[in-house]
Amino acid sequence: MNDNTTNQLQQRPVDDPGLDEVPSWVSTNPHAAKHAEGRVVVAFAVSALSALASVVAYFAIPLGVQIEIGSFHSSLHNVVFGTTMGLAIFLIGVGAVTWGRNLMDDDEVTQERHAPSSSEEDRTEALVTLSEGVRASGVARRRFLLGSLGGALGLFALPLVVTLAGMGPWPTGRKRAQTIERTIFAEATPQKPIRLVNDITWKPIKASDVEIGQLVNAQPENLQNYHDVEYQQQKAKSSIILVRMDPASINIPASRKDWQVSGILCYSKICTHVGCPITLWEQQTHHLLCPCHQSTFDLGNSGRVVFGPAARSLPQLKIGVDTQGYLIATQDFTVPVGPSFFERDSRNDFKEGDA
Amino acid sequence: MKYLSTRRRHPAAKPLILVLALFLVGAVYALVMPGTRVSAAPGLSQQVEQGKALFQVSCSSCHGLNGEGTTQGPSLVGVGAASVDFQMGTGRMPMSRPGQQAPRKKTEFSQDEISAISAYVATLGSGPAIPSASVVDPTNLTDEELARGGELFRTNCSACHNITGKGGALPNGKFAPSLANVDSVHIYEAMRIGPQQMPVFSKNVISDQDAQEIIGYLKSVNGGTGSSGGGLSLGSMGPVTEGLWAWVVGIGGLIVLAVWVTSKGARSK
Repeated sequence: MNDNTTNQLQQRPVDDPGLDEVPSWVSTNPHAAKHAEGRVVVAFAVSALSALASVVAYFAIPLGVQIEIGSFHSSLHNVVFGTTMGLAIFLIGVGAVTWGRNLMDDDEVTQERHAPSSSEEDRTEALVTLSEGVRASGVARRRFLLGSLGGALGLFALPLVVTLAGMGPWPTGRKRAQTIERTIFAEATPQKPIRLVNDITWKPIKASDVEIGQLVNAQPENLQNYHDVEYQQQKAKSSIILVRMDPASINIPASRKDWQVSGILCYSKICTHVGCPITLWEQQTHHLLCPCHQSTFDLGNSGRVVFGPAARSLPQLKIGVDTQGYLIATQDFTVPVGPSFFERDSRNDFKEGDA
Repeated sequence: MKYLSTRRRHPAAKPLILVLALFLVGAVYALVMPGTRVSAAPGLSQQVEQGKALFQVSCSSCHGLNGEGTTQGPSLVGVGAASVDFQMGTGRMPMSRPGQQAPRKKTEFSQDEISAISAYVATLGSGPAIPSASVVDPTNLTDEELARGGELFRTNCSACHNITGKGGALPNGKFAPSLANVDSVHIYEAMRIGPQQMPVFSKNVISDQDAQEIIGYLKSVNGGTGSSGGGLSLGSMGPVTEGLWAWVVGIGGLIVLAVWVTSKGARSK
């Protein structure tokens, strides 16, 4: 260490912060420096060639040519253009980093910092400017002016608050009964029942076609009367699953004896936890598992929760058969389907021990 | 008579009479008992006989000598030929060991042997039959029909088997198997019979046309003809493998580069 460095160190709070100064190869080993320089030049040169190659590939390779290497399938144009362009920018970086690492002096430098606060002079000046502004605007004298400014600013917040009304209608009891607490099964009556149909194919389901162990993803037939947004909204609530189990192997409470047709039971497809559609049904255990959070419902026991975060049984729909043997619904679910909401009345959900 | 009476105490007399008596009983039994199977198609009947013999050797220890079921295995009355063809064709049966679920493995039986056992089990009670090749062949489906098959698959099957049929987990160590590289006929049969925990999707609800479209969709997303578009499909398993790549390969690579950039370069001392 030379005298100059020693003098600087004595002024610092720490005796020796470990400053390190290593000269580059340029000054010590011209041969190695030439090598490093060569590597940088090669990186930049290959980068330039890649850039040119990408331009050539862009025009030369016809679109639609596919390549296949093992499980890798893609368009040749995309792969070559992307690879060459990526290589070009990557090698610019490699060249720059190699340059810095191998050809520059490895000196550590100390950066001086100043105190974060402004000088006393600046602060005084700012306060003088402020009081001059207050005086010039006459705020102290012109109270009315100040009041009108406050009013304008305050009312400007009003349009921002009003936009909250666009978030939907206020969920009053009547509004809820017409929307989230109702499905389109409510259009069914014993005189005018609604047939249950296959989801996607709209084919009505005959009770005699459903075998033991069968699962059917179904919808009410009147869902076809809805379109666009309304269709999606109604489908989100009216989706149902039909399962048939051996009546001897399941537990049907007395109040639900006439809700099923020879072991064909109908449940809402929407999980009571956060509303995922569920169809993961194990036909031997009769358990229905929600893929989102593993809530498990026992369809052989009125949809009771046997595992997971769901708090309420899966709503069951009363179904019957019409004179031609097709499955029908004659009423809506007795409880709101789907996930919980703040105002939901959960006293009527099926609980263990209900008859 | 004298010839017989003088030799009645011969040492060979008793065993001879026993043999004669056994023969007589056998002959009378054969005459009196009706044929076990009366069939207009002698070839089929022979196949059923062969199937029964194979069944008794390979299946009866769990399913009973007549397929009536035991504590080890269910009754096979009414499961149909499709069930045998599926379970044996995919190597699930005979099970190598008891477990939560019979896994798919290479079958040790020839297709002829499986057909024979299927024919025998079909005689125990009516059930789903093995479909003809044209019913399950998806090669002539239009793009529109394949798209509809995808819609049906996502509605009815994807909850367990994943949206491209890669399979998924079920509770207690059970699983929905991957449907990639499964024969079309076995996919069809599984829908009709509902093996193990899988629900049944019967013919009158999911028609043969629907089933064919579902098979067509699966073949189009898993077969060699389907292009993943963006290069590596990463198993088409969605966020799990994609996340693994992003974190391990992507971020790992960036860390390696960052270490290289900030490390000390070649130094003169």
